[in-house]
Amino acid sequence: MVLMKMKFSFQKRVKLAQALWLLSWVASIGGAVTFTLGVFLKTELHRRSEVMDNAEIHAVPNTLMIVGLTSLGVNFFAGRMCQDALDASRFPRWKGLLQPYLAVAVFLALVMLVAIVMSYAMKGSLEASLEVGLRNGIRFYKDTDTPGRCYRKQTIDQLQMAFQCCGNTDFRDWFEVQWISNRYLDFNSREVKDCIKSNVDGHYLVDSVPFSCCNPSSPRPCIQHRLTNDSAHYSYEYEAEELNIYVRGCREALVSYYMGLMNSIGAGVLSIFLVQMSVLVSLRYLQTAMEAVAGQENMEMETEGYLLEKSVKATAKEFRDKALTLLQLNQEDTMSGGRNPDALS
Amino acid sequence: MAVLKVTFTKTKRDKLAQMLWILNWVSVVTGMILLSLGFFLKVEIQQRQELMSNREVYSVPNMLIAVGLIACAINFLGGKICYDCVDTTKFLRWKLLMLPYIICTFFFTFCLLAGAFMCYAMRHELEESLSIGLQDAMRFYKDTDKPGRCFLKRTVDLLQIHFQCCGNDGFRDWFHIQWISNRYLDMSRGEVADRLRSNVEGKYLTDGVPFSCCNPSSPRPCIQHQVTNNSAHYNYNYQAEELNLWPQGCRQALLEYYTHIMQSIGLTVLLIWLFELSVLTGVRYLQTSMENVLRQGDPDSESDGWLLENSFAETARYNFNIIKNLGKCYQVDDDPNIDFQSPTQPGPDNVHPKPIAFAT
Repeated sequence: MVLMKMKFSFQKRVKLAQALWLLSWVASIGGAVTFTLGVFLKTELHRRSEVMDNAEIHAVPNTLMIVGLTSLGVNFFAGRMCQDALDASRFPRWKGLLQPYLAVAVFLALVMLVAIVMSYAMKGSLEASLEVGLRNGIRFYKDTDTPGRCYRKQTIDQLQMAFQCCGNTDFRDWFEVQWISNRYLDFNSREVKDCIKSNVDGHYLVDSVPFSCCNPSSPRPCIQHRLTNDSAHYSYEYEAEELNIYVRGCREALVSYYMGLMNSIGAGVLSIFLVQMSVLVSLRYLQTAMEAVAGQENMEMETEGYLLEKSVKATAKEFRDKALTLLQLNQEDTMSGGRNPDALS
Repeated sequence: MAVLKVTFTKTKRDKLAQMLWILNWVSVVTGMILLSLGFFLKVEIQQRQELMSNREVYSVPNMLIAVGLIACAINFLGGKICYDCVDTTKFLRWKLLMLPYIICTFFFTFCLLAGAFMCYAMRHELEESLSIGLQDAMRFYKDTDKPGRCFLKRTVDLLQIHFQCCGNDGFRDWFHIQWISNRYLDMSRGEVADRLRSNVEGKYLTDGVPFSCCNPSSPRPCIQHQVTNNSAHYNYNYQAEELNLWPQGCRQALLEYYTHIMQSIGLTVLLIWLFELSVLTGVRYLQTSMENVLRQGDPDSESDGWLLENSFAETARYNFNIIKNLGKCYQVDDDPNIDFQSPTQPGPDNVHPKPIAFAT
């Protein structure tokens, strides 16, 4: 019971080989495109790596890059094979290679699919990584004199301006952190002393945000200090103001940016995967059709091509049995090496 | 006495024609590059059109676009002509067109040169335009409630953030204009009323700048209000602070940006001009050598190609005479084909020394 049997006349075989040659070139370009997309995604993730706690999300672009490179090689061989396929004298050269080659190629195509699934599945990991990274960034915003942290302020400011966001979850994160360094606080002033005394940890906490939270679309000059105090500013209502500062949190902004990027890349890689699978299916049909011709006198006879010789279940069973015998053989070899020769009797 | 005469064998002519065909197609590509550069510059200027006061700056990108289109067309035609030049029979089709084509292309190269020159010369106009445009934009910064000016605040803020600049020449420009609208000033407060009274025109002027002037590289949180008042902020020295606000003025920043773009474009146009000139020289040599071949009658023979048949002076004189005689109407005595008795007889026996026609 053969899987998906198709009859191939000589002309059909020729056309199949030609179509396969063309498809293999298209798939090669697709592989190069996958590699480029992987490099692009990695660069974008690297740009904001200072606000990410771990690099787990880099598994997605790394996988894409590896798959892209290997598919270039796979498709190059597919092209060479189909060039030789119609020539009965050259085709037997490839006979031994084709089975393992197809197995490897199908495996790589599945890895491509896995990469796409990963890009959606790792959203939670990305979000957690950003949560920790942004929290640290906001905490060390004031430490511009501590080596290793002196560029956090610039990073966070530029991030907030570029992504039009403020704080981790929202702007209120800045109220819970001392973001003004003690170097710039006048400890002789009563206001500062009161503020610090009223706080348990002795931090100077105010209801203000840095200038990078300011929204340029606001009709009035930016109000960044004493945000919750309506009486501190003329004609100002804290609840009603929407355009003064950015209301979105940076974590949400970054996650939506990267998810959008990975969605577009995922759609592209999916179409490349479909092209790759069509290359492999055509190659399998060509291989089986040409194997039936081998050894025959009439090269131009009609032959049958199929995907699998037996049904899926039977092939899987066969494959499993083969693997088991291989393993058992290995076991017996190792065991017989320690046994006495009287086991032969 | 031809100018820069070169002898061409048949194979040399064919090679020249093929090479020129390829070069003409390369020139079509460079024409398209020119077109895209013109569009790019136009888009860049249009993005900041709210900050430029006059429209004359559009002349440069428009010129580049026009020149690019004409270059594409001319070189496309040139490619077709050179392709046909390999075959003498096909050349006859183009024979009459080639000389006008070469002359037109020669004058067109002057247009290319003018385009390159304009790219470098535009700087002065741009500087003036930006100066007035920025001044106006800053003046209307507070007018976010007036239609037609409501987006100027956003434009100026985004400009200062993106180009890392503050004000027209520097941040002090903000001290001379009222950038906080009266809608947000509490007139009942004494301080505000004092300030308004102390100013001649009744404007609320402070030594403060908008938030977009703040430099993120500063180690301390941004000081944007009371910038010149050292005692208003702890541990602050206005003269020593370099990183607090952007030091560069926006006019300088924008001018540098556009000058850089236009210098690159100008250089590209100059290179394209040199390339076009060399292609034109090749086409001229091809034309003259093909014409000489036809004159000699044997398509496979050697022929000469030149830039000008006679020296510069003679060619100029000849063309000048043509132009001079264009206006005059046809006169019988000047026509050499008509044989008539001249009033002065050369000899006593009344015989006009006519040239005797010999059988060839």
